[in-house]
Amino acid sequence: MTKVWVYAELTGGQVARVSLELLTKARQLTADVTAVVLGTGASAQAATLGQYGAKRVLVHEDAAYEQFLSEPAADTIAALIEQEKPDLLLIGTTYNGRDIASRLNAQLNCGVITDGAQLSLDGVQLKVQVPWYSATTIVDVTLSGGVTRLVLIRPKSFAAEVDPNAAAPQVEQIQAQVSQQARRAVVVENVVQASEGPKLEEASVVVSGGRGLKQAENFKLLHDLASTLGGAVGASRAVVDAGWVPYSYQVGQTGKTVKPSIYMACGISGAIQHTVGMKGAKYIIAINTDPDAPIFKFADLGIVGDVLKVVPALNEEIKRRKG
Amino acid sequence: MNIVVCVKQVPEPTGTNRIDPKTLRITREGVDVVLDPADEFSIEAALQIQEANPGTNVVVVSMGPERALEAIRRGLAMGATKGILVSDPSLAGSDALTTAKVLAAAIKRESPDLVITATESSDAYTGMVPGGIAHYLGLPLLSYAKKLTISGGKATIERQTETGFQRVEAQLPAVVTVTGSINTPRYPALKGIMQAKKKPVDQLTAAALGFSPEQVGEKGAREKVLGWAPAEQRKAGRVIKDDGTAAAQIADFLAELKII
Repeated sequence: MTKVWVYAELTGGQVARVSLELLTKARQLTADVTAVVLGTGASAQAATLGQYGAKRVLVHEDAAYEQFLSEPAADTIAALIEQEKPDLLLIGTTYNGRDIASRLNAQLNCGVITDGAQLSLDGVQLKVQVPWYSATTIVDVTLSGGVTRLVLIRPKSFAAEVDPNAAAPQVEQIQAQVSQQARRAVVVENVVQASEGPKLEEASVVVSGGRGLKQAENFKLLHDLASTLGGAVGASRAVVDAGWVPYSYQVGQTGKTVKPSIYMACGISGAIQHTVGMKGAKYIIAINTDPDAPIFKFADLGIVGDVLKVVPALNEEIKRRKG
Repeated sequence: MNIVVCVKQVPEPTGTNRIDPKTLRITREGVDVVLDPADEFSIEAALQIQEANPGTNVVVVSMGPERALEAIRRGLAMGATKGILVSDPSLAGSDALTTAKVLAAAIKRESPDLVITATESSDAYTGMVPGGIAHYLGLPLLSYAKKLTISGGKATIERQTETGFQRVEAQLPAVVTVTGSINTPRYPALKGIMQAKKKPVDQLTAAALGFSPEQVGEKGAREKVLGWAPAEQRKAGRVIKDDGTAAAQIADFLAELKII
């Protein structure tokens, strides 16, 4: 039977959502699903991993996985893969996931497919759909040679669903030693730049801003509107790079992928780097002064107008209607 | 100090990219090519360290066809000291892993204290090359830096995360990947452009770095493209010009969708 492994990434001691999405997909591909979970609190997550599809959970509790970047996890996973030779290892496209995958790719001298959006297995024949050119083209890719194939999948490509018939997984504490060599990129501080309201990735309404807001201070208008709507605030890459808002706000190819019910693009032209992160929204509302802005080509409702006028007026209008 | 910056020449990112139906690769012929804009941040980061540490060499290295020399020249015009172009017909179609192997071999010759790259290229976008280079050079990887400081033989970065950032440090030598928030790249001045023409560029073949044609290029690549199709596109909806009623119209739309 095809052996599919999922790297279950921990963030703050919890399994990352994308890892649960991958487990859900993995159990549709095969009955032989193994999750690998490393770091402080790993054992406590085994039951959750079982609920989402892991039959077997390989656990190593060691703070080194949080204290040092990529190398401890890559070393441990590489050793496990060399022992057990799974057919497929799925990793979520996150910062840590990409770092670990790039090291594994070299350490195992195996093939890797990055940025996958869909995945199918015909026996052991793998087919991954990868959006190219900022998702204007979908390419079918496979990997030849080698035993274990490595595939990175973008968050929100699959739903995360508990298996109602899941049995408790078999949990194995693995024997691993994190070497001195792997302790070189030292994490000295973790800074969480928390924003109010729902998380950007989970919000049903996202109010996003770009250059059209003219200056950083005007993001307050978006925060006000988002708070009235119970939504989250996002941003285009241009304004994040300009330092107006933290990186955690960024929606797009190098930022977050969001799939809210409503995505309101305020002063965002709709460059392809941005749209790849938000085109899964159910409805898109765009406000932009430029009638030729690409965003109007796919917005459900487009307003040619000044965000600095329309956004506060909309906020007042919604408040008035809500009474 | 020796700093090596990896750069790539890519199809103009705002242009229309195409797949060559014969090779199933990104078309690089007959399209405008530029130094990957993401690499300008890496070069700028290196030049800022050079300015703070006189005597520092900044070497710009690229793997690509002959005309990738233009991308290297742009790096030299910005202020880099020297260029290296690894160019060989056998390298065409190389995957990320081979690219990392070849670049690492070229970089090693420079005995670098610091290797700076972008987090990923703007065309292939795998993001797998920097970690591969770190592996083949046996160096730590400091990734997604939005800030980079070199001091006392140590590199310290602010690394972007999903929820904020981390401060991460490593002893040099190290590989650092930088994001677009790290700096504002300079434009090459006319003087720089003139000087760049006289700066040395080493041209290396795959064989010179110890690779045989069977190991590299398409033959060495594991990833195979089976086919492709245009992605489904969303359709345009209603576009109105704000005549003072835009706010009310958006509110109506939201009410229709039962959001308010």
